[in-house]
Amino acid sequence: MTWRREGGAVSPHVLEIRDLRVAFPGPRRSLRAARTIVQAVAGVDLDIRARETLALVGESGSGKSTVARCVLGLVRPQEGTITYEGRALGPIDKRPAELQRAIQMVFQDPGSSLNPRMTVSAIIREAWNVHPAVAPKGDRRQALAEVLADVGLDAGVAGRRPSALSGGQRQRVSIARALALRPRLLVCDEAVSALDVSVQSQILRLLVDLQRTHDLAILFITHDLAVVRQIADRVAVMKRGELVECTTAEQLFTAPAHPYTRGLLSAAHDLEGTRAEFEHTQEQVS
Amino acid sequence: MVVLPSGATTGTVIDKVSFAVDAGRTTGLIGESGSGKTMSAMSIVGLLPPGAETAGRVSWRSEELLTAAARRIRQVRGREIGVIFQDPLAALNPIQTIGRQVGEILRRGGKSRQQVRARVLELLERVGIPDPHQRIDVYPHEMSGGMRQRVMIAMALAGEPQLIIADEPTTALDVTTQARILQLLADLREQEDLAMLLVSHDLRVMAHVADDVVVMYAGRVAERGPAREVLEHPRHPYTRALANNVPAVSTKSAIAEPLQGAPANPFDRPTGCAFHPRCPMAQDRCRTEVPVLREVERGRFSACHFATEVAS
Repeated sequence: MTWRREGGAVSPHVLEIRDLRVAFPGPRRSLRAARTIVQAVAGVDLDIRARETLALVGESGSGKSTVARCVLGLVRPQEGTITYEGRALGPIDKRPAELQRAIQMVFQDPGSSLNPRMTVSAIIREAWNVHPAVAPKGDRRQALAEVLADVGLDAGVAGRRPSALSGGQRQRVSIARALALRPRLLVCDEAVSALDVSVQSQILRLLVDLQRTHDLAILFITHDLAVVRQIADRVAVMKRGELVECTTAEQLFTAPAHPYTRGLLSAAHDLEGTRAEFEHTQEQVS
Repeated sequence: MVVLPSGATTGTVIDKVSFAVDAGRTTGLIGESGSGKTMSAMSIVGLLPPGAETAGRVSWRSEELLTAAARRIRQVRGREIGVIFQDPLAALNPIQTIGRQVGEILRRGGKSRQQVRARVLELLERVGIPDPHQRIDVYPHEMSGGMRQRVMIAMALAGEPQLIIADEPTTALDVTTQARILQLLADLREQEDLAMLLVSHDLRVMAHVADDVVVMYAGRVAERGPAREVLEHPRHPYTRALANNVPAVSTKSAIAEPLQGAPANPFDRPTGCAFHPRCPMAQDRCRTEVPVLREVERGRFSACHFATEVAS
């Protein structure tokens, strides 16, 4: 990884994460004992370049979502720095409006991340009210229709509430809400994991198209390696709070360097094997 | 057939679904949300939402279960048919030790405490829980997701069932754990000569554990047949679309041409073939005429008017 700027040139990275550490209070061993500490993120360095898709993968408890939450400013790191285009990012409430806006999030379950009482129109207008700097100057109704069209939604859904939409449509609304603020970096935390297979491809295509048309960098957090292979430029693999490998997608899938990555890939390959192959495969992963 | 009330209206959420499960074989029910796969499976053991009306037959070793007395169904459920749910954290009792929960059905069988404990230890070992003596007295929250799912499997085995219904048993698990739980289920099926009904939306899971699959769409069977043949050479455009949409780690594939729209809602099912609004092959006939599930080649059933023209 190269992060030293040479000759004062501007870093090509949208986001730089240096030595990120996050600890949470863990369970008590007994009533009298002090709480144990769970080191959710234990020293992570990561760069995201402009217009690239960086996949952050790992099993549950690996710390991948905690990294995302730090980037969003929703979790305060114990140590380490996160910089966006060279500017340090603090907690969300300390960030200047333009930095809050530049990084947007798409969550796994749009059913719970969208306000059920608000119509689609109100959800997107609210985003503009919070960030008037990027709110459309003229006719908001027209702008709203354009944002919805960008994510493949008919203007007719503007008056509906999330509960009246399908899972795929809801995820499109959360993407539209993020897009309405003209972000540079989109953080997608398991954004297609809860969707039906036939809808998953729609949303993946949409993300890939939007990345190109809107010059987005995407931090794509997932446990699904097959999806990663389809969309990622580079992949970072986390295990128990540490980064075990970070390389191009091509390299990772054809010649994984770390034993843990090889284990993950082998398990995923097993799942793809036919039943006969599967029954003859010894468990290789520990 | 299952009819569910929804507000003022009712919906036939399961419409003329039929399939069979045989000893020593795994039958997979595949479908997306609203397809009725879980409800079809749960109707076997009488686990339907309140107000559900049913018609048709569920025949369990030549006994009719759909109209059987509630008491008889409760007897069957747990003893003759074991059920494994998707989310063990929700299905297990958080304030009882796992040993107590696995042993519940055994205690009702009039065994002594020592006998029950010995049998529970055996079961925990059988499902691959390391150090069962240490684990028997812990609570569900003290275990990992994979271990909790093993506890669920041990519970299902405790009644010595002949059929296990597993509803998305690996969906909530990490990929490495997933492979191990599937291996465990495959071993059990073989060694105990169990029949297994596996409900899943995941074609990758189906492709290697199921012998036969039933593909469901909007509460109807779209296609049915031997797993490998159905998934590799689909005879229904919906199965073909599903199979094309599964990304792979083994090869870099472009994102598949997605199906338009969302899975049909069985409360508001399109006319004719429920899949026609999303189907690239749809003709006028598909909009008006409900296709009948018919045998298109030996052992292969498809509910598509143009089954013979579906190429893989």
